[in-house]
Amino acid sequence: MLYGDVAKFIMLIGGLTVCSLLMTQQLGVFCGLMQWTTATIRNVDAPIWVCDAKVEQVSEIVAMRDIEVNRVRSIEGVEWAVPLYWGIIQARLPNGAFQQIQLTGLDSATLIGRPPRMTSGNVEDLRLPNAVVVDQLMLKKYASKTVSPQRPEGVTLKVGDVFEINDKEARVVGICYAEQSFMGQPYIYTTYERAMEYVPQQRKMLSFVLAKPRDDIAAAEVVARIKKIPSVTAFTKEDFQEQTMNWYIKYTGIPISFGSVVVLGIIVGIAISGQTFYLFVHENLRHLAALKAMGASNALLAEMVFLQAFSVGITGYGLGTGLTSIMGRRFMALGEPPFYLPWQVLAFAGAVIVFICLFASGIGLLKVFRAEPAIVFR
Amino acid sequence: MSMQTVAVRTSGVVKTFGEGESAVQALRGVDFDAHCGEMLMVVGPSGCGKTTFLSVVCGTMRADEGSVEVFGTDLIHLSAGKLTAFRGKNVGFIFQQFNLIPTWNIVENASVPLLLNGASKRDAEAEATRLLTEVGLGKRLRAFPRELSGGQQQRVAIARALVHQPRLLICDEPTASLDAASGRKVMELLKASACRPDRCVIVVTHDSRIFPFADRIVEMGDGVVKGVHNAGEYHVSF
Repeated sequence: MLYGDVAKFIMLIGGLTVCSLLMTQQLGVFCGLMQWTTATIRNVDAPIWVCDAKVEQVSEIVAMRDIEVNRVRSIEGVEWAVPLYWGIIQARLPNGAFQQIQLTGLDSATLIGRPPRMTSGNVEDLRLPNAVVVDQLMLKKYASKTVSPQRPEGVTLKVGDVFEINDKEARVVGICYAEQSFMGQPYIYTTYERAMEYVPQQRKMLSFVLAKPRDDIAAAEVVARIKKIPSVTAFTKEDFQEQTMNWYIKYTGIPISFGSVVVLGIIVGIAISGQTFYLFVHENLRHLAALKAMGASNALLAEMVFLQAFSVGITGYGLGTGLTSIMGRRFMALGEPPFYLPWQVLAFAGAVIVFICLFASGIGLLKVFRAEPAIVFR
Repeated sequence: MSMQTVAVRTSGVVKTFGEGESAVQALRGVDFDAHCGEMLMVVGPSGCGKTTFLSVVCGTMRADEGSVEVFGTDLIHLSAGKLTAFRGKNVGFIFQQFNLIPTWNIVENASVPLLLNGASKRDAEAEATRLLTEVGLGKRLRAFPRELSGGQQQRVAIARALVHQPRLLICDEPTASLDAASGRKVMELLKASACRPDRCVIVVTHDSRIFPFADRIVEMGDGVVKGVHNAGEYHVSF
């Protein structure tokens, strides 16, 4: 019946497509943003993170004394522990422009926390004087700051180029790929000792201690032991990611902003499909009553109405999530806005579409159930 | 013609709509018999209760008082589910506005009662095709209702009403939406294909041109049966 009414069919599919698109696209960007907030944790990729007891998330630094590294090393069950510096500082690019960077200082002996993937150069070269490794975002930022009519694509930063951090030389010895972070600045890797030279001196400089538990001990058990050290706390990698994301959800307006668009999508879906489906049932009530008179049970009519509702629901859901996937691929190719579509988002959107279909067809069905088949004679 | 076999028997049927001062008593104690093998027409002025009576007899509406027996089954005391099943198996309907599903072709429309009775799609469509061919629509089997004239649509409705071999055929103003020639053709077809010794056909109509097709005519007025006439004896008085 519904397929024959082209206008209503298109209206219903359109409404459910927009609803599904709004939900999945917005939640995809939201999840992408949440991924960005924990990019540093994945880029460094250490099993245990130790920091000042007041730290609540990875981008919030309360510096510790260097002695905390040795304290962590002394804990039973710790296989190794190394220092990590992480901080935001300004760099002066070869063309004189300034750019904020996320300076990451690695333990020079082990280079633990090294970039996830090198695209050129050698990470071991970080041990050379004034050496730094920059990420792909730094290349993009530098290119954008060197655009001219002669070079519309800008200048590409390459291995061997030199720039300044706090008036000190930084020589590029490698280019790496690192996950983009919520802060939006490029990652610059160097050794811990050199990072101390780049940043203004303070009494305490250590950002994190990275550690690994012995293979025969669970990370959570080692974390519990580390927490007994006064004035420091520790997290497993997974807990730190969760803690960071929860912090952003709790203390920023991001969930409200995205949540309101998702709720709007649900309301649009319910309003359009509910109204259209009700009209469809109302206009076909005479035919449905005729079927009822001819012996169709309420259960059979419900089956018919639900089948039509769910077929448009599945079509709208497919189109909406398909459009989201196309947009997501485009976003990921461009690098921003952030986008991450876990299966839970698709399941949530699917469940909401099912609810909308149930609601929309339920309203119409109430009318069908109440209708006496005798109305066909009127 | 086995005129002695009672198909429908009603006794003291009362039906009231609304409550209190606004209540309207549509049926005020209808006593009535219809027999197998006959085509019975129910006539009377607008508002006399013809349609309400038809609805009660075919089980699409429940009477407030009295008894309604159709082929020996007491419809008043059947549960809603059993009443629906009873209608599906024993009653065929022809409506004034045809009530064909516009998005289904005529074979699909005509096969509905068989499908509702559990027949397979293939068997139902084969039987619907046979009947549609019998009513002269064999060359338009894939047509949709909107592509047919009013007379052709009513022929589809006749095929749909007969496809599951019902014992009671209910026709509500079957010629009201048709011109004189189409109406006559439809009634000829109905008489030829629907009237059988084991079936009762009840037609509610205002159309005096089709009275000659009736075996008996029941005249209603003010919610009661005012008289039962043999065909040819009745003259319009409303």
